[in-house]
Amino acid sequence: MDKKIILRSLLVVATLVGITVLQMCKPQAPASVSGSDAAVKAYVPPGQYDEFYNLVSGGFSGQMSVYGLPSGRLFRVIPVFSEDPTTGYGYSEETKAMLNTSHGYVPWDDLHHPAISTTNGEHDGRWVFGNANNTPRVARIDLKTFRTSEIIELPNSGGNHSSPFITENTEYVVAGTRFSVPVGDKTDVPISTFKENFKGYISFISVDPKDGKMNIAFQLKTPGVSFDLARAGKGPSHGWFFFSCYNTEQAYTLLEVNASQKDKDFIMAVNWKKAEEYIAQGKGEKVKARYARNRYDESTHTATSEMLTEVLQLDPAVLKDIIYFIPCPKSPHGCDTDPSGEYIVGSGKLAALIPVFSFTKIQQAIANKDFEGEFAGIPVIKYESALHGEVKKPGLGPLHTEFDANGNAYTSFFVSSEIVKWNVKSLEVLDRVPTYYSIGHLCVPGGPTRKPHGKYVIAYNKITKDRYLPTGPELTQSAQIYDITGDKMKLILDFPTIGEPHYAEAIPASLIMPQSTKIFKIEENNHPYVAKGEGQAKVERKGNEVHVYMTAIRSHLTPDNIEGVRVGDEVYFHVTNLEQDWDVPHGFAIKGAANAELLIMPGETATLKWKPLSVGVYPFYCTDFCSALHQEMQGYIRISPAGSNVPLKYSTGKTDDTAAGAGR
Amino acid sequence: MRTLLLLWLCLLVISCGQQKTETAASDLTAPVGGGQSNVKDDVSQQDVVKIAVNSPDHTTLVTALQVAEYVDALSNAGPFTVFAPTNAAFDKLPAGTLETLTKPENKDQLRTILEYHVYVGGLTENLIQDGMTINMASLDNATLNKKDGKLTINGANVLGSARGSNGIVYIIDAVLLPPEKK
Repeated sequence: MDKKIILRSLLVVATLVGITVLQMCKPQAPASVSGSDAAVKAYVPPGQYDEFYNLVSGGFSGQMSVYGLPSGRLFRVIPVFSEDPTTGYGYSEETKAMLNTSHGYVPWDDLHHPAISTTNGEHDGRWVFGNANNTPRVARIDLKTFRTSEIIELPNSGGNHSSPFITENTEYVVAGTRFSVPVGDKTDVPISTFKENFKGYISFISVDPKDGKMNIAFQLKTPGVSFDLARAGKGPSHGWFFFSCYNTEQAYTLLEVNASQKDKDFIMAVNWKKAEEYIAQGKGEKVKARYARNRYDESTHTATSEMLTEVLQLDPAVLKDIIYFIPCPKSPHGCDTDPSGEYIVGSGKLAALIPVFSFTKIQQAIANKDFEGEFAGIPVIKYESALHGEVKKPGLGPLHTEFDANGNAYTSFFVSSEIVKWNVKSLEVLDRVPTYYSIGHLCVPGGPTRKPHGKYVIAYNKITKDRYLPTGPELTQSAQIYDITGDKMKLILDFPTIGEPHYAEAIPASLIMPQSTKIFKIEENNHPYVAKGEGQAKVERKGNEVHVYMTAIRSHLTPDNIEGVRVGDEVYFHVTNLEQDWDVPHGFAIKGAANAELLIMPGETATLKWKPLSVGVYPFYCTDFCSALHQEMQGYIRISPAGSNVPLKYSTGKTDDTAAGAGR
Repeated sequence: MRTLLLLWLCLLVISCGQQKTETAASDLTAPVGGGQSNVKDDVSQQDVVKIAVNSPDHTTLVTALQVAEYVDALSNAGPFTVFAPTNAAFDKLPAGTLETLTKPENKDQLRTILEYHVYVGGLTENLIQDGMTINMASLDNATLNKKDGKLTINGANVLGSARGSNGIVYIIDAVLLPPEKK
């Protein structure tokens, strides 16, 4: 064959192959949209799952939200401390008790910190805890149902910020008060008697390993300071807890100036095993208190609230060796133990350095009584004796630190608005990236555990200024994801969040997904007003209470015609969702209801209380688009005047007006 | 010839790989407008940085903040109390001091000095008491005095003040130097 022909045909082939290659390497849709590989790293194609769950606190929304990582897609907002008209949480008769406190029904709070339960210091995916910052409480959310299972109130606490933090095996959930307050029988005192009368309390809440039920095991009475954040020891430091304290000046006014006087505040080291020893010796004191504990029972689908009346307390000023103070520069916020449990990182939020303390050195200092003095009867360990070293000039205003599995730490800096990566042992700064803007907490998946999952660091920012389309004076709150698999951190995505994304934890989907609840079994429904089939649907009158045992199934409500109800009655719609199919909730709403709707999961019963105020026929309907005939899923209740003798009757599918032909 | 063609094919593949790297290198996640300090906003009150930038007497300070890369930090939420030496105050420093400090290798030293001019907190004049000690961002203390309505910091005179959106600026007539470390 002619060489030229061979060459030509080869070139044609080559060009064709070349075109194919070019087309093959044409960037896929998301990359071409942004032109950057950042988008590819954050891109989870439609129909694919995210790798991590990101459980993000809602701050002043009082709720917790669930996002996927790395996509930043929002999956769910879990109602915790605030009413939620969308799901009926706090409005339905079954859930009202969840928000009960010693101050009565409290419809709102401020949730700052999620904490995922651990076993052996590693995520176990069973529960996530959250704190109520305002009316002090701790909530436990079940990660099978993504619902709030229990809320316990904290007596003697003035604001539950330093909470919830958990020990290695979730033996305890710990809660430290932000505000010291006067307690006991001396509570009506002048504010100026702060030093004398105000005390801080740390609550150790035990968690039943079987079912997660919470109980305040004991409280430690501490000098009147403010507790900010904390972390449990792990590995060698298991049995210890570390809290950051500010306002050791004990100021009670203009803290902006008066609580920033000292160049050092404290980290408080707590030997909780020692506290347990004292309790075993009977040295705890039972003190009167009043606090609510609310539990949701999955079998009755109903919460109950009980008021508890005493709490066990220990006074570490008398019972020695429980607590020690370690000086830490300037109003420390974060107080984080590294995965090895040896290093404790303090973050003085007004400081320009990061002190790293060594657990071994703290133990040596205690053994050698290497103290610089006492603070309110508690020994203060010498700074240098506890110090592993300082990260010099890391940035301005360190707030919070998490870790990867390779010995690196990631610290957020509020004032200089950046994340700084540094090596825990060598204290050398390795990399820094700006955040947009004013980062508070950050999160590395598994970052607070013994076994960080790594991969990303997520910044939770306070200010977004030029990052999103403006929406008036308030801009969206925001998180930012950085890829940390390489030497350099790399911003890959911004995503807006609900409320204030104060802090978050991230956990591999594989630890949660397999156990996710799909339905509640109807045969296991022990709700007192359940109707386990349409045959059990009925209406009962008890004086002026009318109880409607209603069922919902695609696509009708039973009963859907109710008569004989009068102005002045209180009507309870107990709606049971008869579906036994995943992702098929039904909703219920009635005209003029002064509360909310209900969202009822498959196999669940929920109750809406409704007081008809005037005569008429009121429509009700299913609010969750459940089926092709969702719009037909509706009914009527006739309200007659008070004292009327219209007989009580109810039905579905029964047509009385045969003459007119309706329904024929 | 065959080898050449294979090479050409390889080149195609490689160039396509490079194309990807190039797009990745142009950092599209960087802020569009150059960051927080450049957000266009003519309606809000000026922050402490904008006050300095708009003052003809503080060009040296602004240059120093730029070299230290502290402009964005000071446009943050704060609150900040900034003691802002005038150009004349900088001129009083020994000859060559500023030139040395603004060299890249001395950035940490420059930052420390600038941090010694910033207190994290909103210290309005009514909150200042005579003899008050404040711990500056550099972690060193400074002393404020207030006598007959005259305000000084470490002996430097406060010539005036301006309220910013994220703090307060006190104009001073000397550069503050952090105390020598023990």
